[in-house]
Amino acid sequence: MLLGPALALSAILFSIGVAGVIIRRNAIVLFMCIELMLNAVNLAFVALAQLYGVAGWVIVFFVMTVAAAEAAVGLAIILAVFRHNQSIDLQNVNLLHG
Amino acid sequence: MSLLAARVAEAALAARPAGAVGLVWLAVALPLAGFVVNGALAILRPRAKTVVSVVGTGVLVAAFAVAVAVFLEVRRAAPEHPVIVTLWPWLHAGDLKVDLAFQVDQLSTLMLLVVTGVGGLIHLYSVGYMGADPGYARYFAYLNLFVAFMLLLVLGASFPVLFIGWEGVGLCSYLLISFWFTDQQNADAGKKAFLVNRVGDFGFLIAMFLLWHTVGSLDLATVLDRAPAALGTETATWITLFLLLGCIGKSAQIPLYIWLPDAMAGPTPVSALIHAATMVTAGVYLVARTGVLFALAPASSLVAAAVGALTALFAATIGLRQYDIKKVLAYSTVSQLGYMFLGVGAGAYAAGMFHLVTHAFFKALLFLGAGSVIHALQHAYHATGASEDPQDMRNMGGLAGRLPVTYRFMVIGTLAIAGLPPLSGFFSKDEILAAAFARGADQPVYYLLYAMGLAAAFLTAVYMARLVVMTFLGTTRVGEAERSKLHEAPASMTGPVVALGVLSAVGGLLNLPAGIAWGPALERWLHPVTRAALELRPLAPPGGTTAALLVAAAVAAGVLGLVVGYRATSRERILPARLAPPETGFARVLYRKYFVDEIYQALIVRPVVWLSERVLWRTVDQAIVDGVFVHGGVWLAHRVGRLGSRLQNGQVGVYVILFLVGALWVLYAVAG
Repeated sequence: MLLGPALALSAILFSIGVAGVIIRRNAIVLFMCIELMLNAVNLAFVALAQLYGVAGWVIVFFVMTVAAAEAAVGLAIILAVFRHNQSIDLQNVNLLHG
Repeated sequence: MSLLAARVAEAALAARPAGAVGLVWLAVALPLAGFVVNGALAILRPRAKTVVSVVGTGVLVAAFAVAVAVFLEVRRAAPEHPVIVTLWPWLHAGDLKVDLAFQVDQLSTLMLLVVTGVGGLIHLYSVGYMGADPGYARYFAYLNLFVAFMLLLVLGASFPVLFIGWEGVGLCSYLLISFWFTDQQNADAGKKAFLVNRVGDFGFLIAMFLLWHTVGSLDLATVLDRAPAALGTETATWITLFLLLGCIGKSAQIPLYIWLPDAMAGPTPVSALIHAATMVTAGVYLVARTGVLFALAPASSLVAAAVGALTALFAATIGLRQYDIKKVLAYSTVSQLGYMFLGVGAGAYAAGMFHLVTHAFFKALLFLGAGSVIHALQHAYHATGASEDPQDMRNMGGLAGRLPVTYRFMVIGTLAIAGLPPLSGFFSKDEILAAAFARGADQPVYYLLYAMGLAAAFLTAVYMARLVVMTFLGTTRVGEAERSKLHEAPASMTGPVVALGVLSAVGGLLNLPAGIAWGPALERWLHPVTRAALELRPLAPPGGTTAALLVAAAVAAGVLGLVVGYRATSRERILPARLAPPETGFARVLYRKYFVDEIYQALIVRPVVWLSERVLWRTVDQAIVDGVFVHGGVWLAHRVGRLGSRLQNGQVGVYVILFLVGALWVLYAVAG
């Protein structure tokens, strides 16, 4: 019940996230897009738990935990980038170019 | 080192032939130990001359004692087949089984006696001759090493073992020719000897491969046993021709003789030991040793004989017009080696070996005598500070009174090499000429070779008489100041000269003509070795009147040569080297050795250098290998790297796209 629409919403959210990561340059927006992708995946897990049992719900908690940790690290990096560049435009963060 | 020694001793003691023959490895091990000790002393204690002298000559005396013991044992047992003394397995790979093994038979015993005997005397002589040299220990180390390799060569029971000795003596020859290596000329002479010998070694190697391919063994005894059944005439001819190339290189025959005269750059005792008595005779030894193969290939035998006769005559003519006393003897050695090749080529293996032995005596004697002269002059020049060439005979003359012992024994050597009865050279040279003549009965071309040999005998007498006259007789051309400084050599030098003089005088008794006293003892002694070859290619020596006429002709050639040489040189007005006018006419051609070195330089050395520099270096190496492969490879890697590095532009967005494309592709590959 409602499996189809739920997965469709998940796919749409994920695609928006991917598009945002590719297109946007602002580190914060990019970061939010990553969160969006994570939550899209969470949605898919919850929806599929109806069919495959409790494992889907459990995984969601793991993803949220990892996302929290990642948010901490990611924000710290963004802070450091800002201190260094006085901006969070990722176009300027290209020290590792070939 | 001690582990190796223990292994050698263990291997040697386990199940060897009983008695002295089983201990024959000592003859090689002792000089080798001498090399190790003297080599260590040369590095650690170069001034310990007494120890070096004792060790250096002591090992040779000990090796000679072993040789005598082996000789007595072989004489008692008279083995019909070689006794093989195996030390340890060496190369075992598939069907190839080569052991480090020595073979003791009549031929190797003879060579063992000659090498250790003459070698011992020359070591003793070196104590006096090299006494003042700063490289004394190094000299004896090399000389000991040479003897070890030479004995390995003559005792080796298989071609590969023999080849180690063959290469080893070549190495020692190189080291000793360029012993005084600070002089560019000496270093060049050493290199020349080494390189020319490589040409011959190539032939030896090819012959070995062919033998392995056709006969399936590299053991001398097995090869000689199977060869008559396994080899057709054509195969045998190819094998022996390549083998002969090796022998020609080592024994300095046309066209590879050019290194030997230059090899006189080494110390004189080295010239006597390596470049007259032993190493250069290795080629003759090898032909005699593989006589069966040569008997199977009459064409190769003819080539050997022809090369020998041609070399004998050719080198003798050059010897007529050389002024360096050692150069005369060097060309004389080349010429006498030609005789030996004529002998073994004609199928008279015993006669060739006989001449090898007598030549070892009288040529070592002549070289050591020349060494005494050079030594005396060198010291005189050193005392007065003059910078004349102590080897140039134009600077000598009238030395008989100053060096009486040397003079007398040089005369004995001269008469022996000229072939005057009853000295040793008479018997051996006569036998070779008789064999060549006898071979003419079925192959008339040998009559021509005989005539060339006879002419060479005449020329030999001429240049030797010239040498004696220019050095010892007439008015002296030694400078006023030096005259009083000339002294006879010390006893350690005259002793070996006297011993070799006695051997040169009586050496002919080894192999008298049949019917006189004990007759051809050496021929009988070598018969077990030469029998197989002689059965394949019998040789009937001339008898009766023919033999007498041949002897008369040989003696006449010798006597006539001595007279001509004596009279021509006595009448000649000789000026000291620095005043002498340049040679003209044919004398100049002879003096410049027929310009053979110049011809080789133009025909071989220059083209090779050109090919190496222009084609191999500039084109192949620099342009193709460096240019195309090395720099081209770098360029390619650089370009591809540039291409790849475009992707790494540091923009996270690009990475994400790539990641996405990759992830989708993987998904597609897994799901689709």
